[in-house]
Amino acid sequence: MKKIHIILLVLIAGAIAVLVSFLQTTTTYDTVAIAKSKPGKFVHLMAKWDKSLPMEYDAIKNPNYLSFTAIDTLGDKVQVIYHSPKPENFELSERLVMKGKYEDGKFICQSIQTKCPSKYKDQDPSQHPGNKKDSTYNTVATVKQ
Amino acid sequence: MEYVGEHLLPGQIGHFFILVSLIASLTAAFAYFKAVQATPDAKAGWLKLARISFFTEVFAVLVIFAALLHILYYHLFEYKYAWQHTSLSLEFKYIMSAFWEGQEGSTLLWTFWHCVLGVIIIRREKQWEAPVMSVVSFAQFFLATMIIGIYVFDVKIGSNPFILLRDSGVLDEAAGMHVNFDVTQPIRADYLTMITDGNDLNPLLQNYWMVIHPPILFLGFASTLIPFAFAMAGLWTRDIKGWVTRAIPWTLFSVAFLGLGIMMGAKWAYESLNFGGYWAWDPVENASLVPWMIMVSGLHTMLIFKHSGYSLRSSFLFLALSFIFIVYSTFLTKSGVLGDSSVHAFADIGMNGQLFLFLIVFVWLPPFFAAQTNKHRLIITGVTLILSLATYFLAEKIPGFPLYVILAGIATYIVLMNKLVPSVKKEESVSSREFWMFIGSLVFFLAAMIIIFQTSLPVFNKLFNSNKAPGENDEFNYNKIQVLIAFVIGILTAITQYLKYKSTDTKSFLNKMLVPTIISAVVATFILIVVKINYDVHGMGFLINIWLALVATVYATIANAAYIWVGLKGKLKNSGGSVAHFGFGLMLVGMILSSSKKEILSWNTSGIAVPFGEDSKEKTGENLTLVKGVPMQMNDYMVTYVGDSAHPKKEQTYFKVHFKSKTSNEEFTLLPDAFVNYKGNEGLMANPSSKHYWNHDVFTYVSSFYKPTAEGDTISFKPNSININDTIFYSKGFITIEKLAAKDNLPVAGFSKSDTGYTASVKVQELNGSSYSSDLLLIRNAGKTLYQTQDTIMAQSLVLRLEDAGANSVTIGVKESNDVLEYLTLKAYKFPYINLVWAGVIFLVIGSVVAMVRRVRLLKLKAA
Repeated sequence: MKKIHIILLVLIAGAIAVLVSFLQTTTTYDTVAIAKSKPGKFVHLMAKWDKSLPMEYDAIKNPNYLSFTAIDTLGDKVQVIYHSPKPENFELSERLVMKGKYEDGKFICQSIQTKCPSKYKDQDPSQHPGNKKDSTYNTVATVKQ
Repeated sequence: MEYVGEHLLPGQIGHFFILVSLIASLTAAFAYFKAVQATPDAKAGWLKLARISFFTEVFAVLVIFAALLHILYYHLFEYKYAWQHTSLSLEFKYIMSAFWEGQEGSTLLWTFWHCVLGVIIIRREKQWEAPVMSVVSFAQFFLATMIIGIYVFDVKIGSNPFILLRDSGVLDEAAGMHVNFDVTQPIRADYLTMITDGNDLNPLLQNYWMVIHPPILFLGFASTLIPFAFAMAGLWTRDIKGWVTRAIPWTLFSVAFLGLGIMMGAKWAYESLNFGGYWAWDPVENASLVPWMIMVSGLHTMLIFKHSGYSLRSSFLFLALSFIFIVYSTFLTKSGVLGDSSVHAFADIGMNGQLFLFLIVFVWLPPFFAAQTNKHRLIITGVTLILSLATYFLAEKIPGFPLYVILAGIATYIVLMNKLVPSVKKEESVSSREFWMFIGSLVFFLAAMIIIFQTSLPVFNKLFNSNKAPGENDEFNYNKIQVLIAFVIGILTAITQYLKYKSTDTKSFLNKMLVPTIISAVVATFILIVVKINYDVHGMGFLINIWLALVATVYATIANAAYIWVGLKGKLKNSGGSVAHFGFGLMLVGMILSSSKKEILSWNTSGIAVPFGEDSKEKTGENLTLVKGVPMQMNDYMVTYVGDSAHPKKEQTYFKVHFKSKTSNEEFTLLPDAFVNYKGNEGLMANPSSKHYWNHDVFTYVSSFYKPTAEGDTISFKPNSININDTIFYSKGFITIEKLAAKDNLPVAGFSKSDTGYTASVKVQELNGSSYSSDLLLIRNAGKTLYQTQDTIMAQSLVLRLEDAGANSVTIGVKESNDVLEYLTLKAYKFPYINLVWAGVIFLVIGSVVAMVRRVRLLKLKAA
């Protein structure tokens, strides 16, 4: 066997080891109920902002404190604390992917990804809200995803 | 029905020529195929037909391009593409960005570059024209199907950029657009008069980099097809070795322009997005990085082959995989599979099946060409057809089936290719350049495989119905591996140029290496001791890895710069490789320094010690609130939000933020901007603004923003319940409760004995100046408020009153007059040495182009 083949095998084995260890670090996409069932564990919570409940954000008092209630597709709710200003497109979003941990009755969130008109958004006609008044047609932006 | 005001001609022309291009590219692919297979007499006829077809295709693509541009330029909103991607207020320069904002336009751009490259091949590559162009035309055929937009048995094939708004379904639910306001009725004849403006280009794409980055990136994408086609041509025509020298310049071109395109995207992200950097290991970024890395590996193995005869098989493998991963990246970005994991993938437009078919076909194309006989080729074609159909039906039933189809294709290719391609039996010397170059290529290739595996997590979820999400530190998962790769590649990049092919004399090698090694050691030590890297967020182990990577990449940079004189005697024409390696090293040094020394300037701890009051248990954050007109301390700067100005036509606001250094006379103003309440939606889409210095950038963006409405003083008292000695915040400072006294038997007329009077002494502290004192009085009886004083601190536009009092806590009502409450929150970073990254990229590209030009010259000399 050539030296180069031995090196080849060693490197490929190394790469596979790296990938296996990577798979160990993965987490899961969860609902509110499942996130609550494993407090202290890092999860990706999939939910959306419950606009019927108050949102707390006062930049004067603390620009790094956002609190709101998230509701998932099953209707479960949880209070979310996020130590940053409102993420971009927060109001526009139809869905939030929130990374964090459920602790002491709250979901402490490290980052929020808003799913809404993405940069390369494409209109989905079936989800178009329609035009409420004839003349405002052009101001209606479709929210996708 | 006749619709009023529509311009149907450009769309009809456009769609007609899409059909023309589809047929012409298929004809060209077939005719070129026959030209390769035919006997010498018949060859000329096929070649002629093929060329006519290809030039027809080129003409068709140009017409399609012009037609779509016409529609966008004149804002013909009867076309969905114009309505969706432009608006009347869109500046001319962004019409081009709007062109490639959509999937259809970007596919068209890709097709366009294939045409340009194809014409060059026809002119320059006489010997290889037929087989190479057969592959190119075949790819063109697939791209044309992406924009054809027809239905075959309910299966949508392609997405037509010329579809009319009224046919696209967008108006179906809009009652006002229909006769009698009834959605079941047809669309009104005068519907166009009600569409007064388009949906506009996404604000984040309204950036000059978005005009130039997509064309360069797609030129890079298109260029990866050429080395692939050459490799296929080599297998097909059984000229197993001859193609390599012709393909090397094309590969260099691809490395230069794909690399440039990717890094232009990084520059756009840095200037226009606010994740605070140029690279986020986003799947879309990774998907184009990986083919580039494989192409770089392929380039190096081709050079090894040219000089030593080794590594031919690896070259075949790498070049094939590079293009396959380009197709895979198209699948990733356009299929919508990345929905949850990427911020900037396209949404699904129902073309997943077609995109995956594209992938299957191009995975099984290499085995087709590597097959021994025409009969085998027929079998492989049959297998591809069966597997494509099987994937369609079994993908949901057998977990992982599509993946197995892909892996089977690659495995078949490796087996068949190994039968055709000889390998050198003799072992290469450990002191030879080819030995270490191969290891470098292999490490680089494996690094690419690791990246694409990590990126493909959402694809694995789809394949195996699993639910895996990236880990807690997704970026760190990439960085911790790639920092080790940077170390290995850095060292190899530094020393390999100094080795000779076949074998190297140790003594002369050490002699030549001595000076660059000493200089590198000095520079690296200087950086580690004086500049310092203390990034310990992920622990000491990772920090040591960063140090090692820094030393290695500094070594790579300096050793390659030195090689231009030591090895090549300063002949710049011959030193393309060294310049490119120098740039690559510099880029890595810049990446390591800028990432590990990135500082957040807007820590909310600096300046006046603002305690966090009721949230005091919380950590301080990364955003700073700036009230208009009030200077705040931020790191070494006094920062003032001076004011804002609106874009005349758009809902875009520019914020004027003034920075003044506390330690020097330096002053500057940044203008971060944001689209506020864009398109009737609430919210902020921010664009950052940076102050550039030679050695660092100050990078800021507005993270939230508040401007009062002009409705007057409607604000009510805001109750704040706090304990004695705690603080309440208001826009310009804070309020402390110093004393609370309660007293019965008030000596005031009109109150009974059981009434209790409370006095709270409060101190109002302005952040950068005066303080004011005030005593607030509250008289109550059995929980009922009888009397309350209101104290107005005029200088601060602040009104206070005592609302409730307990044993040790009080509730103070605070009211601020509206006109002072204009503020924004700012996030600011310091990016050191970011210019090294950009400079590195420029050298990398220039070096690759110099090397390409030299190779082209050498080929001409050889031919003459």
